[in-house]
Amino acid sequence: MHAHEVWESQYMSATPQSIPTDIFGKPVNPQKGDSYLTHDRGILSWLLTLDHKRIGLMYMVVILASFLLGGIFAIVLRTMLAMPGANQANHASYTDEQLAQISVNNDFYNQAFTLHGAVMVFMFIIPAIPAILGNFVLPMMLGAKDVAFPKLNLLSYYCWVGGGLFFVWVLGKGILNTIFPGMVEFWGSGGLDTGWTFYTPYSTSTGTAATAAVAGVFILGFSSILTGVNFIATIHTLRPKDMGWFQMPLFVWGLYATAIMQVLATPVLAITLMLLLAERMLGIGIFDPALGGDPVLFQHFFWFYSHPAVYIMIVPAMGIISEIMSVFSRKRIFGYAFIACSSVCIAIIAFIVWGHHMFTSGQSDLLNAIFSFLTMSVAIPSAIKIFNWLATMYKGAIVLETPMLYAMGFIWLFTIGGLTGVYLAALSIDMHVHDTYFIVAHFHYVMVGSMMFGLLAGMSYWWPKMFGKMYHEGWSKVAAILIFAGFNLTFFIQFIAGSLGMPRRYATYPPEFAIYHHISTLGSYILATGLFIVLGVWIHSLVRGRPAPANPWGANSLEWHTKSPPLHANFEKTPLATDPYDFDDWRWDENVGGYVMNENTHHEEKTAQTK
Amino acid sequence: MLIVLAQTRGIGMPEPVSTFASEVDWLWNFVTIVSVFFTALNLGLMAYFVYRYRQKDRNDLPHGQHHNTTLEITWSVIPLIIVLAIFVWGFRGYLSMATPPANSLEFMATTWKWAWEFTYPNGFKTNELHVPADKPIQVVLESRDVIHAFYVPEFRTKRDIVPGRYNKIWFQVDSEPNGVAFNGAIETETLPDGSKKYTDHGAKKYRLYCAEYCGTNHSKMQAYVYIHTQEGYNAWLAAASNWQEGLPPVQVGQKLYSLKGCNTCHSLDGSRGNGPSWKNLFGYPQMLKSGDSKVADEAFIRQAILEPNSQGIVGYQPVMPKLNLKESDVSALIAFIKSQSDKGPYPQTSPALKNGR
Repeated sequence: MHAHEVWESQYMSATPQSIPTDIFGKPVNPQKGDSYLTHDRGILSWLLTLDHKRIGLMYMVVILASFLLGGIFAIVLRTMLAMPGANQANHASYTDEQLAQISVNNDFYNQAFTLHGAVMVFMFIIPAIPAILGNFVLPMMLGAKDVAFPKLNLLSYYCWVGGGLFFVWVLGKGILNTIFPGMVEFWGSGGLDTGWTFYTPYSTSTGTAATAAVAGVFILGFSSILTGVNFIATIHTLRPKDMGWFQMPLFVWGLYATAIMQVLATPVLAITLMLLLAERMLGIGIFDPALGGDPVLFQHFFWFYSHPAVYIMIVPAMGIISEIMSVFSRKRIFGYAFIACSSVCIAIIAFIVWGHHMFTSGQSDLLNAIFSFLTMSVAIPSAIKIFNWLATMYKGAIVLETPMLYAMGFIWLFTIGGLTGVYLAALSIDMHVHDTYFIVAHFHYVMVGSMMFGLLAGMSYWWPKMFGKMYHEGWSKVAAILIFAGFNLTFFIQFIAGSLGMPRRYATYPPEFAIYHHISTLGSYILATGLFIVLGVWIHSLVRGRPAPANPWGANSLEWHTKSPPLHANFEKTPLATDPYDFDDWRWDENVGGYVMNENTHHEEKTAQTK
Repeated sequence: MLIVLAQTRGIGMPEPVSTFASEVDWLWNFVTIVSVFFTALNLGLMAYFVYRYRQKDRNDLPHGQHHNTTLEITWSVIPLIIVLAIFVWGFRGYLSMATPPANSLEFMATTWKWAWEFTYPNGFKTNELHVPADKPIQVVLESRDVIHAFYVPEFRTKRDIVPGRYNKIWFQVDSEPNGVAFNGAIETETLPDGSKKYTDHGAKKYRLYCAEYCGTNHSKMQAYVYIHTQEGYNAWLAAASNWQEGLPPVQVGQKLYSLKGCNTCHSLDGSRGNGPSWKNLFGYPQMLKSGDSKVADEAFIRQAILEPNSQGIVGYQPVMPKLNLKESDVSALIAFIKSQSDKGPYPQTSPALKNGR
C-alpha cells in the first residue's frame, strides 16, 4: 500500500461515537454535560455575559459581519474596475453631461474603496484574531477561568459595537446617497472619500463626513486599547504557577506582543484624530498648510500608529501558525525561543519604521535612508519565523487537515508578501512603485492574505473546541484550496500592474491595464466563492456536525485539557502547566475520533513530578 | 557610471527611459532573483517535507531536533547580509534621483484639483510638459490645494506635491537610446475653438499620473510629458509661445490675463480684489494718492503695467509685481482692458465676461 492509502484507510474509516467524551475518552456524565454554551439561557445571558468565551463568540458574529460588508465592497470595486464603462481614459472626448455622470461614478468608487479599506482595517483585520480567538483561547491556554478584567472585556466589546455601528452608518449613508441622491434629505449627508488613511489636507477639506467617521474610529480604538490592557494583565497575572515566560504557548507570545503594540500605538491614533477634529471643527492650524500647519506631520502621526497596526494584524496570526505547525507536524516546535523573541522583536521594530510610508513625501534624504535601513531589518525576524516553521515540518509526521492547509498557505503568502516588502524598503525601487498597485498587492498579501489565512487556520483549529462540533473536512479543504487559488490570482497580477505603473485608488485607468484588472477580478470571484463555502461548512457544522472530541488534533496546550465545548468555568479543576509542544501523553482513539490522554499518566501529577 | 550600465529593463517593468532607470531596474532584477530563489526554496522545502514526512499512523510522534543555534544564526545572518546589500544599492540609486544636478533646466508644475499647469523658463504655460532630451530637467512642484504626486512610470521616479512646501523632482532622458529625433518642423493645427496645437512628430510622449489620492477625479488627473531634442524643444517652445500670432489683440490679452496671473488680483465683474477691477476701468477717472485724478487711458494703463505702483490709485496697496512682458503683450492687455469697459471701442463679447473672471 502506498503511504497515502494507508493514511486514507486510517482516517476515512473512523466511525467515532457520537457521545461527548472527556479528555480520557470516557463518555461525559449527562449531569456534567453542561457547557458554556448552555450554562445560562436567554439573550441577556449573552449580551451581559462576562464569560470570555461568549464575548469571543459575540465578537465573532460582528467581526465576520464586518468582513462580509468589506468583502461585498471588495467585489463591487473589482467589478467596477473590470467593466469597460469604468474605463474612461479618453475623457477628453466626453461631453459635460457625461463628465458629470462619470464624476458621480468616481465619487461612488472613491467612497466604496474607502468603505472597503476602512471597514476591513479597523473592523476586521485589526480586531479579528485578538478579539475572537484571543478572547476565546487565551485564558484557557493559561488554565484560567477568565481574562484578568472580565467587565473591561465586555466594555471593550460594546465600544467596538458602538463605534463600529456608528462608523458603518456614516460611511454607508454616503454610499447610498450617491446611488439615491434623494435620500440626503431623509437622513442627511455622510460618507467618507478620504481612503482609510485620512490624509490631510484632503480630509480636512472634503465635503464628506470625515468628522463623524473619525469619531467612529476613535471609539473603535478604545476597544482595541482595552483588549490590549486586558491581555497584558491576563498574561502577567493569570499564568499557572509553573508556567514561566518561556513555557507559554507561542500564540500567547503573539498576543502579548500584539497587546503591547495596541496599548502603545492606538493612543497616538486617538490623539491624531483629535487633532484632526480640532482642525476641522475649530480651525486650529495643525496639518492644513492654509492654516499654517504641515500635512506631512499628519502622515507621521498617522503611520506611527498605523504601521504598528500592520503588525497588530499579523503577529497574532503568526502565533496561530506556530501552534498549528507543531501540532500538525506532530513534533515539538523548532526554535521556540527564537520564534517567541522574534514576535517581540517585530513589535519593537514596528514602532521605528513608520517613515517608509513617506519616502516620496519630500522628507529628508537622511530620514529616508534611516527608515529604509530599519525597514530592511524587519526581514530578519520574519525570515527566522518562516525557517523555524519549515524546520518544524522537517522529519515530522505531517497531517494535512484543514488548519495545516491554511497554515501552509500562510507561509506561501507571507513569503511573497514579505519579500515584496524588501522591494519597497529599497529606496530607489520604492520611488517607482510607491502608491501603485504594487503596494496594493503587497499589503493585501501581508495584511489580508496572511492575516486571513491565520484567522481561518485558527478558526478551523479551535472550531471543535469553540462549538463542540466537527466540520466537514472535505468541503473545508476544497474551500481552503479555492481561497488560496483565488487570492493569488487576484493579487499576484496586481504586482505586475503596479510595476508597469498603474497608480492605486484610480476609478478609471488607461486601456493598457485592462487585462490585469480583468484577471484580478476573476480571481476575486473565486476567492469569494471559497469564502462562502467556508461559511456553508461552518453553518453545516453547527447544525449537523458530529460532536467534537476534547482533543481532535492531539495538541497539548491547556485549552485541549477540557471537554469540547468547555465548561462555563473552563476546567473542572485548575490545571497545572503542561509543556504545550510535548504530545507524548495523547494517543489516537478510533472510537472517540480524537486523541485521548493515556490513563496511566495523569497529566497534573506528571507535570508536578517533572518540575 | 550610469552609462556603463546598459539600458536594462526590469522584469515586468515599463521601458526604462530616464538616465537612472537602468540602475533601478538592475536592483529590481537582483531583488527579483533573490525573491524567486527564497520563494522557491521555501515552497520547495515545504512541498518536499509534505511528500516525504506525511503522517502514516495517527500515533506517530517523531522526536527530532527542535533547537539548533548555529542554524538559527545562519538563517538570520544570510538574509541580513542580503538586505543590507539591497539597502545600500537602493540608497545609492535614490541619492542620484534625489539630487538634481546644478546645471538642470528648471520648470515649474502647479497643480490643483484636478489639473496640471507647467511653466516654462520663458514664462509660457501649458497643461502638458515639454522638455528637451540629453539635459537634466528639474521640476519644482507646487500644489494649490491638497497633496498630489508627480509620477512617470518610464522615468522610475515619483514625488509628492505637498501644499505649503516646494518639492522637486528631476530626470534626464537621453535622445539616442529612446529614439527622440527632430524632423525639422513643428506641425501647427487649429482646433475648433480657435486655439492652436503644435506638434513635434519626433518627440516621445509619456503618461504623467497624479499618484497621490486627491478626490473625485484623481484618476483623471493625467497629463503627458514630451521629450524633444534640444532643437525640437526650441522650435516647439518658440512656436507654442508665439501663440498670439494671427489672433486679434483682445483675445491675446484675454489669454494673457489668466496666463500671467492678472486674474488673481483684478476681477472682470467689478468685485474688489488686491487691485482695481478691470470692469469699466478704461476711460473712467481714477483718484490718485497724489491727490490728482486721471482718466485711465492707454498711456495710464501702459505706465501702470510697465512701472507697477508708480501712480498709486487710492485704496490699493502697492503690491503689483513687475511682469516680464513683451511690447506686444502690453498692447494686447490694454486692448483686453479696453474691451471690458463700456467706454472702450470693442463690443463686450469675450467669453471671459460670461465666466466672470
